[in-house]
Amino acid sequence: MKDQTEIRGTVHASLQHDSAAKHVTGRAEYTDDIPEPVGTLHAYLGCSTETHARILSMDLSSVLAAPGVIGVLSARDIPGHNDISPTGRADEPVFPTDVVEYHGQPLFAVVADTRDAARRAAELARVDYEVLPHALDPVAAREAGYPHVTDSLTLARGDADAALSSSGHRISGRMVIGGQDHMYLEGQIAFAMPGEDEDVVVHCSTQHPSEAQHMVAHVLGVPSNAVTVNVRRMGGGFGGKESQMNLFCAVAALASKTWNRAVKIRPDRDQDMTATGKRHDFVVDYAVGFDDTGRIEAVSGSFAARCGYSSDLSGPVTDRALFHADNAYYYPHVRLESHPMKTNTVSNTAFRGFGGPQGVIAAERMIEEIAYRLGRDTLDIRKANFYGGPGRDVTPYHQTVEDNILLRIVEDLEQRADYQVRRRAVLEHNAKAGLIRRGLALTPVKFGISFTATHYNQAGALVHVYTDGSIHLNHGGTEMGQGLNTKVAQVVADAFQVNIDRIKITRTTTEKVPNTSATAASSGSDLNGMAALDAVEQIKVRLVAFAAEHWQVDPGKVQFLPGRVQIGDEVVTFDALIRAAYMARVQLSAAGFYKTPDIHWDRAAGKGRPFYYFAYGAACSEVEIDTLTGEYRVLRTDILHDVGRSLNPAIDKGQVEGAFIQGMGWLTTEELWWDDQGRLRTHAPSTYKIPLASDRPRVFNVDLAEWSQNRERTIKRSKAVGEPPFMLGISVFEALSMAVGSVANYRECPRLDTPATPERILMAVERLKAGGGS
Amino acid sequence: MDQRDDIRFMLNDHEVALRDVTATQTVLDYLRLDRRLTGTKEGCAEGDCGACTVLVGRLKEGVLHYESVNACIRFLASLDGCHVVTVEHLKGAEGGLHPVQQAMVDEHGSQCGFCTPGFVMSLYALWMETPEPDEARIETALQGNLCRCTGYAPIIRAAVAISRHGTPASDHLVQERDRVTARLKAMRDGARVVSGPDDNRAILPADAADFARVLDETPNATVVAGATDVGLWVTKFLRPIGPAIFIGHLDELKNISIGDEDIRIGAGVSYSEFAPVIAEHFPFMAEYWERIAGWQVRNMGTIGGNIANGSPIGDTPPVLIALGAELTLRKGETRRSLPLESFFIDYGKQDLAEGEFVEEIRVPRPDKAQRCAAYKISKRRDEDISSVAVGLSVTVVAGTITGCRLAFGGMAATPRRAQAAEAALTGKAWGRAAFQEAMAVLPNDFSPLSDWRASSEYRMRAAQNLLLRFYLEHEAGADETPPRLSA
Repeated sequence: MKDQTEIRGTVHASLQHDSAAKHVTGRAEYTDDIPEPVGTLHAYLGCSTETHARILSMDLSSVLAAPGVIGVLSARDIPGHNDISPTGRADEPVFPTDVVEYHGQPLFAVVADTRDAARRAAELARVDYEVLPHALDPVAAREAGYPHVTDSLTLARGDADAALSSSGHRISGRMVIGGQDHMYLEGQIAFAMPGEDEDVVVHCSTQHPSEAQHMVAHVLGVPSNAVTVNVRRMGGGFGGKESQMNLFCAVAALASKTWNRAVKIRPDRDQDMTATGKRHDFVVDYAVGFDDTGRIEAVSGSFAARCGYSSDLSGPVTDRALFHADNAYYYPHVRLESHPMKTNTVSNTAFRGFGGPQGVIAAERMIEEIAYRLGRDTLDIRKANFYGGPGRDVTPYHQTVEDNILLRIVEDLEQRADYQVRRRAVLEHNAKAGLIRRGLALTPVKFGISFTATHYNQAGALVHVYTDGSIHLNHGGTEMGQGLNTKVAQVVADAFQVNIDRIKITRTTTEKVPNTSATAASSGSDLNGMAALDAVEQIKVRLVAFAAEHWQVDPGKVQFLPGRVQIGDEVVTFDALIRAAYMARVQLSAAGFYKTPDIHWDRAAGKGRPFYYFAYGAACSEVEIDTLTGEYRVLRTDILHDVGRSLNPAIDKGQVEGAFIQGMGWLTTEELWWDDQGRLRTHAPSTYKIPLASDRPRVFNVDLAEWSQNRERTIKRSKAVGEPPFMLGISVFEALSMAVGSVANYRECPRLDTPATPERILMAVERLKAGGGS
Repeated sequence: MDQRDDIRFMLNDHEVALRDVTATQTVLDYLRLDRRLTGTKEGCAEGDCGACTVLVGRLKEGVLHYESVNACIRFLASLDGCHVVTVEHLKGAEGGLHPVQQAMVDEHGSQCGFCTPGFVMSLYALWMETPEPDEARIETALQGNLCRCTGYAPIIRAAVAISRHGTPASDHLVQERDRVTARLKAMRDGARVVSGPDDNRAILPADAADFARVLDETPNATVVAGATDVGLWVTKFLRPIGPAIFIGHLDELKNISIGDEDIRIGAGVSYSEFAPVIAEHFPFMAEYWERIAGWQVRNMGTIGGNIANGSPIGDTPPVLIALGAELTLRKGETRRSLPLESFFIDYGKQDLAEGEFVEEIRVPRPDKAQRCAAYKISKRRDEDISSVAVGLSVTVVAGTITGCRLAFGGMAATPRRAQAAEAALTGKAWGRAAFQEAMAVLPNDFSPLSDWRASSEYRMRAAQNLLLRFYLEHEAGADETPPRLSA
């Protein structure tokens, strides 16, 4: 028999998603597909019909009397704590008792024989309200004297005010940045099974099983060890299932314990979109001072966010907006402040980029302002301000940028995309003053990798090798489509040098790996890959010690080769070694652990090294707009993105492509629209428009920067990929802005707000044509 | 007349006969809850995401046609005499993956996988119809499928690659066509079907005459053709619709007759069924037609339904009004006709008597002097509801505008003509000046609403500018650069 020279599914290979065949056949099991035990009940939420009001009375008798109804649950039925705030601020009740704070806030749950019966009954509540005044956006909230939902952050270096006033040029302005709904295809869902004693098992679709476990325990008033949370896979998460599943898990668990039956809760799409949080909208007031060459001398910025009625994750989200308000640019003097405003809207939450994109786009707006003032190409202004060079490598949070590849990645893309030639062609096209105008923009991104709450940067894994040589892999991360399980299995296959098909990837469960962090902040494979590797290495150390003793060779002579192990002069199969080790009573199971080294953050001082490293990328987009209607097409996008040494180039490229389109959607057609009464009117795909296949660039070239590898000791020198490429979508927005700017011959910065719907484009065109300023 | 009380159809390999099917029961709930065929997913329950896409095969004049549809808003009762194919039915030559599935796996076309079965079914329908589609055709076929993970690029690559994995000739649905046709024919016994409890019963008339009779006898009934709007009344608004009369199976309402003077369209003709006529006889509408909803909805939704439900933002009325379309309304055996524009009285109010229904739409063929266009403005290019929809017809004789019909949707409580703008054009010389005058007076015709789709100001400005676009597009050499976005 010929020796195997390479294993199937090693690291750096473009392997298919481990569930691909199950996805395409419909056999991949999501929470709603789990067979329901006899007697399963269904819960549904009854929600507020006012935006801000005192609850005078709540009469649920008609709900209870409706066909099929088993019972209702409201605040008074909660045996533990009526709170599911993820950061412990105790500001997010499961069900409110006195005051409703946004339209569509859940007030109670109804439990019935069928979902349809529960859904119909939920409409029958009679609630008397005393209506209170409301504030829906951060500006209105500040005017109404609303508080911050969480502590503001200030990042400062140098003397921004003094430097601004002494700058040769100074521009100030405001940018309104829209939010975004996650629009994961699988909505929120939890399915709880009661157990003996205080036990309950919850199957659900959360990015953060440990937090769901803690919240259920907290609400039920039982210890965490009574609660098990399981997640096989999610039908998309994007941050929308980091904390938002807590409510549904708590309700399902409470109902299951109350009636001792299995209980499922699945809101319809409208309720999912009205009752769960979204990306934060921001209003950014900025001032930038710069010299005649376009180099920035000082920046000040105030970042006010629509946080909604409670804090949820708004603290770290608004912090991250400030951490990225420099994007790729060195600010010699800077002062940035966050204003996490309370508003009478659903509590906003995590969403891919976690505030970062809002910071980055504000930085790009300032670049535009400078370019229009000086009559220069935005790309020249970008390059003039990149981090790099003596004394120009410290961020507003006093971390030194040590792994800077900005100029290389941007110049590489500039060549690949033929930027200069195409820019001249666009300028010539626009000079003809036709109805169709074009725009071209090349934008960079630098994104900090690590949870800014340092303690989240830890992970665990559990690896068992069975006596037949098959391997069971479990880790604390969750699979939401990003291919995390595939990548971690590749790491394990590589470490053992066995084919990946002998590794069974198992559902995430709080029973196997405890105290996990959310699968978020792009950290999934960085953290869990390392934890799994640690587990494998522990087992390998035992195997090597055993083999060395058993075969009487030096431990250095034991080597794992594809499918086999070299032990001195002898070669045994992996299976044979495992069997022998078992007979010799070697432990073939290990719990692995990892914590990111070298990071620290002092929030009060605004100083530290919150990020282990940075991921970089750049995108170049060309668009055309119709100056009669504001409609547009993206003609071409070229992307060059840095994932270090990719664990799986196919999966990473998929992340880059998908993130770009999602980022483009955020800035173009995805509009959240509340009416004056505080009702969100874009609450389903019929009214909320995410990109379609026909919206993607007509030419779409996506490459990974193959020359890059992580200078830090990350898993196989790879870099995180989930969030950074989301911000590549900004290139489309900047290109649209240039096309609009052409109607006034680029004399005036278009100051587009986001999303740049056809309406915003047309209105900006009209404004610029009229020469009316902004 | 024969009557039966069970709904009979084929589900994958099996024949099914169900009693007590209610008017409001959806195909998706039946598949997932009753049959535990959980490969078909619920993403939105409003026909906008495509996660629930299944194929429905039905006999049209004896020939079996498969179409992709949204199971979430399709009613179970409407499946009588049909073959429902779910993702579980797909298989490859040796029991492995089907060519569509293999291409999706090879090209990394799935990430979270939740939308994937729906994409597979849409691509399956496309591959059977066009085994080697170009990208434009693929995009059109996927207008009704949302993916939030991949950004679509790998799915497009998969769609292009399918034919490398197999041809439709080897597909088992194709191979079993004769057998399925025979079984479906046997189910069509010409009986009226009445199923379900009295207040939520589903009625399937035996034929058009029976429909007229049943509706006359049951004037409070909801008429359901494609269910692309009524489906949402049930799934989103929990509205009762019973008793409901299902008419999607009535071939007599699906006639299209092409005459020298006009084209007559049965009210039950779907957008997809009418598409070839558009391409041949109304090419100016071809792009517009493909921007109506997504493919699944175009397969289900009917032109008659789009008119009869009286929406101010339906996509077909403006252009049909511009062309001078007339409706035939029928009550029992009595028929009357009226201009389409007169049918729309006010928001939610149409000129339709109790027990009366839209039977046919007559569209006069444009003559050579008529210059026509249809424009749609929406936030997203495809599968979006219009913020403004415009149908324009301007007759020019010897350089003079002798008549015009300018119809707008999304600008008022009903789709209607712009009288002031029409007056501004009529009798004038064809030229920019006349159109600028029409633009200037358009605010006398409409005071559009502001809502989440568009503001009043934008609607008005875009509508005005579309008059200019119309002029430029029909005025050769008016502008050096093309006045439209790249395709």
